[in-house]
Amino acid sequence: MSTDAVIEAHGLRRSFGDVHALQGVDLVAPAGTVLGVLGPNGAGKTTAVRILTTLLPPDGGTARVAGLDVAKDAQALRSRIGLAGQYAAVDEYLTGRENLEMVGRLYHLSPKESKTRAVELLAEFDLTDAGGRVASTYSGGMRRRLDLAAALVVRPPVLFLDEPTTGLDPRSRNALWQTIEERVAEGTTVLLTTQYLEEADRLADRIAVIDHGKVIAEGTSDDLKAKVGGERLDLVLEDPSQAGTAIEALGPLADGEPAIDGTSLSTPLRADSGGVVAAVRRLDAAGVGVTDIAVRRPTLDDAFLTLTGRPTEEASTDPEETA
Amino acid sequence: MSSLRWTFSDTLVLATRQLRRIPRQPDLLIGYTIQPVMFVLLFRYVFGGAIATPGFDNYADYLMPGIIVQSIAFGGFVTALAIADDMNKGLIDRFRSLPMSRIAVLSGRAFADIALNALQLVVLIGIGLVVGFGFDSDVPKVVLGILLLLGLGFAFSWVFALIGLSAGSAETSNAIGFTVIFPLTFASGAFVPPSTMPDGLRQFAEANPFTTLVDATRHLFLGAPANSDVWMSIVWIVGITAVAATLALRRYRSLAS
Repeated sequence: MSTDAVIEAHGLRRSFGDVHALQGVDLVAPAGTVLGVLGPNGAGKTTAVRILTTLLPPDGGTARVAGLDVAKDAQALRSRIGLAGQYAAVDEYLTGRENLEMVGRLYHLSPKESKTRAVELLAEFDLTDAGGRVASTYSGGMRRRLDLAAALVVRPPVLFLDEPTTGLDPRSRNALWQTIEERVAEGTTVLLTTQYLEEADRLADRIAVIDHGKVIAEGTSDDLKAKVGGERLDLVLEDPSQAGTAIEALGPLADGEPAIDGTSLSTPLRADSGGVVAAVRRLDAAGVGVTDIAVRRPTLDDAFLTLTGRPTEEASTDPEETA
Repeated sequence: MSSLRWTFSDTLVLATRQLRRIPRQPDLLIGYTIQPVMFVLLFRYVFGGAIATPGFDNYADYLMPGIIVQSIAFGGFVTALAIADDMNKGLIDRFRSLPMSRIAVLSGRAFADIALNALQLVVLIGIGLVVGFGFDSDVPKVVLGILLLLGLGFAFSWVFALIGLSAGSAETSNAIGFTVIFPLTFASGAFVPPSTMPDGLRQFAEANPFTTLVDATRHLFLGAPANSDVWMSIVWIVGITAVAATLALRRYRSLAS
């Protein structure tokens, strides 16, 4: 356990009836870093965030955020955290400015401070012109920006972002990433959940991969990529019925189980495999026709597939959102 | 600053939020005022001719206190819908993650509802005067009657807050409101004298707190005999508020989803 950890959770458990959303989760984020919690829908990410933000008591385990116990010191903790959830939780019938002023007042800033912060945040999030319009007229990206601005009203030292960019177009997503990076540069500690490997790769200092309520891997983005081994060979078969023959032909080069999806085949390669040249020779000799073949560095998608045995797109049920 | 002062401040912030929303939801506002007016016209002119109300100058006099009590009690319905909506949009999560008073989301709503109910009262008394209703009492009693009705609205804001928090969706809130509370207002002396009802229903209607409240309003607005109805109404209002507020706050604190 690091002494300067701003977020630390040990053995968090939470069930909803028969659904075991968290089954003993440990998370640690040192001050001024970003912890990415990566996993598919229903993995338990949202449940973890809800426990760490005092919204939900855990069935077991302990968690401290900014030195405060999430159960015993909940009320004190609430003034030190900012939460931006999955839903862009803004009041559609209030203007952008009114939304931010309301949140400021509920953080117990004075009316004057609340006004000042609202104006500052609207400017910072490029919402000054829209600040006088009701939020129901905002685009999805604008709502997310307003939601994130609301989480930053008191400049909280710890920020929880639950899938902050889900459903955003690439341009809005990039803008949001930049804002988060600026906060981290100023010393904010961030816990970010995401289904997007690209997002974890870009923002997170350390990544906890979570699946079925358990952390199945933890480390830096490079650590996780290293777990997948070296380079990967991707190829597209002319005839999907030749998949078996292809796997057999590539056997001596492979370093792990290949993945097949229709005509696409992907396999980790041994370090001394001889790369694409050796692969083409062996496939030729076995009479396997390919329309495309390439060797590439592993991505976090590969890491996830290796760790869970499933691709990231495969969404399981999502108990904590429907419970 | 003391926590009591923060509770007051947070309630005021949330009440302001609700009041700001009212003029921005014209559809809601129209439904809120048009529906009771339709009921007044329906009962006064379609059913009214067939309903004998001995002791009252005309059916409008008998009807208006009943329809006002029903509308004010049922007006809290928008609170159930709004709270269910806040839950689904993640706003309740946001509020619960803030260092604000736990009760403020509910109390802010209940206090803001007083303004909506006052508006509804003005519309209803206005249409009542048009269809033949006339006050037959003194000013202090009429004022007491209005306060009693606003108190009733306040109590039912908590009842509907509890329904909204428990139901979790606008559709379920709707179902509970229209299958439980709406019929309760009809099985009372609001629209017809309970003495005309069959055994069983008659005793139920006579014991129904809605009957007590309607009779108290008739006494205060029209000088009809009151017995202990005014005091009993106050007891009901305080009792309903205490029970519903306690349960709603407990439900809000322990929201797990």
